[in-house]
Amino acid sequence: MNKNEYRDIYVFIEYHDHTIHDASLELLGEAVRLTENRKSLGYSVIAVILGEPSEDTLHELGYRGADRIINLSHASLHTYSTEVYTTLLDELIRTDKPDIFLVPATVLGRDLAPRLAARCDTGLTADATRLEFDPEDESSALLYVTRPAFGGNLFGTIINETKRPQMTTIRPGVMDALPRDTSREFTIDRREVHPESIRDYVRILDVLHKNPMAMDIAKADIIISGGRGVGNNFHVLRECADMIGAEVAGSRAAVDEGRIDKEFQVGQTGKTVKPKVYIACGISGAVQHMAGMEKSDFIIAINKDPDAPIFSASNIGLVGDALEILPLLTQEIRSYRERPY
Amino acid sequence: MNIVVLLKQVPDTTEMKIDKEKGTLIRTGVPTITNPDDLAGLEAALKIKDQQDASITCVTMGPPQAESMLRELYAMGVDACVLISDGKFGGADTWATSNTIGAALSSMDYDLIIAGRQAIDGDTAQVGPQTAEKLGLPQITYVDEILEISKEKIRVKKALENRYEIIESDMPCLITTLSTIAKPRYMHVKKIMEAFDKDIRIIRYDDLNLDPMTIGLKGSPTKVKKTFTKEVHKNSDILALDPKESARTIFDMLLTHNFIGKKEASYE
Repeated sequence: MNKNEYRDIYVFIEYHDHTIHDASLELLGEAVRLTENRKSLGYSVIAVILGEPSEDTLHELGYRGADRIINLSHASLHTYSTEVYTTLLDELIRTDKPDIFLVPATVLGRDLAPRLAARCDTGLTADATRLEFDPEDESSALLYVTRPAFGGNLFGTIINETKRPQMTTIRPGVMDALPRDTSREFTIDRREVHPESIRDYVRILDVLHKNPMAMDIAKADIIISGGRGVGNNFHVLRECADMIGAEVAGSRAAVDEGRIDKEFQVGQTGKTVKPKVYIACGISGAVQHMAGMEKSDFIIAINKDPDAPIFSASNIGLVGDALEILPLLTQEIRSYRERPY
Repeated sequence: MNIVVLLKQVPDTTEMKIDKEKGTLIRTGVPTITNPDDLAGLEAALKIKDQQDASITCVTMGPPQAESMLRELYAMGVDACVLISDGKFGGADTWATSNTIGAALSSMDYDLIIAGRQAIDGDTAQVGPQTAEKLGLPQITYVDEILEISKEKIRVKKALENRYEIIESDMPCLITTLSTIAKPRYMHVKKIMEAFDKDIRIIRYDDLNLDPMTIGLKGSPTKVKKTFTKEVHKNSDILALDPKESARTIFDMLLTHNFIGKKEASYE
């Protein structure tokens, strides 16, 4: 393998229900940041989108950081298929020779990326939280990929020196998307493909929507989160959250005990959140939990144990019982809201 | 029906200790468990066997001590256990691991392969799909429920971020299971006694026809450059106040930063 033939950063765009998944925009932002930090490589950022997206959708990818947008176009591609997507992207990688190929670590991305990496015989790093080019060699295109392991207890930096592309999935909610800039220049490269001939043994028969009213906690401005210390009193958190306009989330312990749905779990095996305010109630602060919330702008922790690790990550730590404090907070806000002037 | 279940013995990450100086794991004294997603997958297989004629073979790759896990699986009611173990396989990344497991499985007879979604030590969720690719099998990942199964077809419920999909695949096929698919049963007292007399088939490097450059640490494209632990760095005020003052402190912070506006006036 001649590694010098491989260049540019390709980003797989997750697109369904006529919507670009936020995680893909975050990857475009990160790819732009990487190329700007190592201009000597002269790398472009290339978005890859399958299906028949509208002209507006393709432009949106340009406004968010792509220099070129490759659209593998066919009507049947609006539904994801492991085999069809793998076959088409494997062909793309063999012809285009990307040096770096990034995929969001969503359920779809984590189904596709391992299959694709195995097919084009390259290494894959999962669920990365940080990317940078080799810091010791300014001309190097070797990607240093950092990811948590062992439940967030340990971090590893992974490199792939022997095979190309350097492929990695990236945890949603960690990287920053670029603001929309309609003055950006980009090109659109539409390629007709013919997936009809690909033999697919898997069929999607039906789609069931989970509670459509459920808020995605990754998008909340304020989160009130409960741990084992809250027990079966999540309604106390919910009353306070309703008064502030916040969302309620939970730690793994709370989810395991069935106090709150898995969809609202914050942490290494749940979601990564970075709200403006994160209020942790009765959460001790296991490393795996902190991995999911430490990037919040402002963290308030309430815990009975003054030695709880959560306090080391908080901006304000309150030693006490959240179940006593929260109803008083709810009351404070209510009186403020109802003040006559 | 022949079902192969892939399982991994992992350190219990909730009991994990870290050497903060060296940035490495302290492995001694950490209890090992069967990876939870894998054990749930095994239970899904046992449930199939409860209802129809099926034979379950458990396969793991790891050091010789993984045998203790396989004995426990015998006590849960599986029919055969295979341990893929050789010094040459050690230190493998997911690509090299799936080359090895794929080669070991290629000579076995299976209709369905079940793997846990991901292991709690690496959290990669890659070995299942990559093994499916090596064997040329269709895959369904993140399976939350098996709805129907025969020798020809499997129908499952897959969990995604905001929806479920009902998916059907031809057999043979590989699925990866979430821990929610089934609650593992306890070991059977009588079977615990028998478990120690059962055979465990060991597969070594010499038993497989593998290119040494595709396995183990040497054959792994991804390598760990360094490991480190996190430094916690926020400057925290830890206050022990009475509940009312505590509530007031939070309220003041929210108010100062404009998170609590006056309720919009309504003109009705």
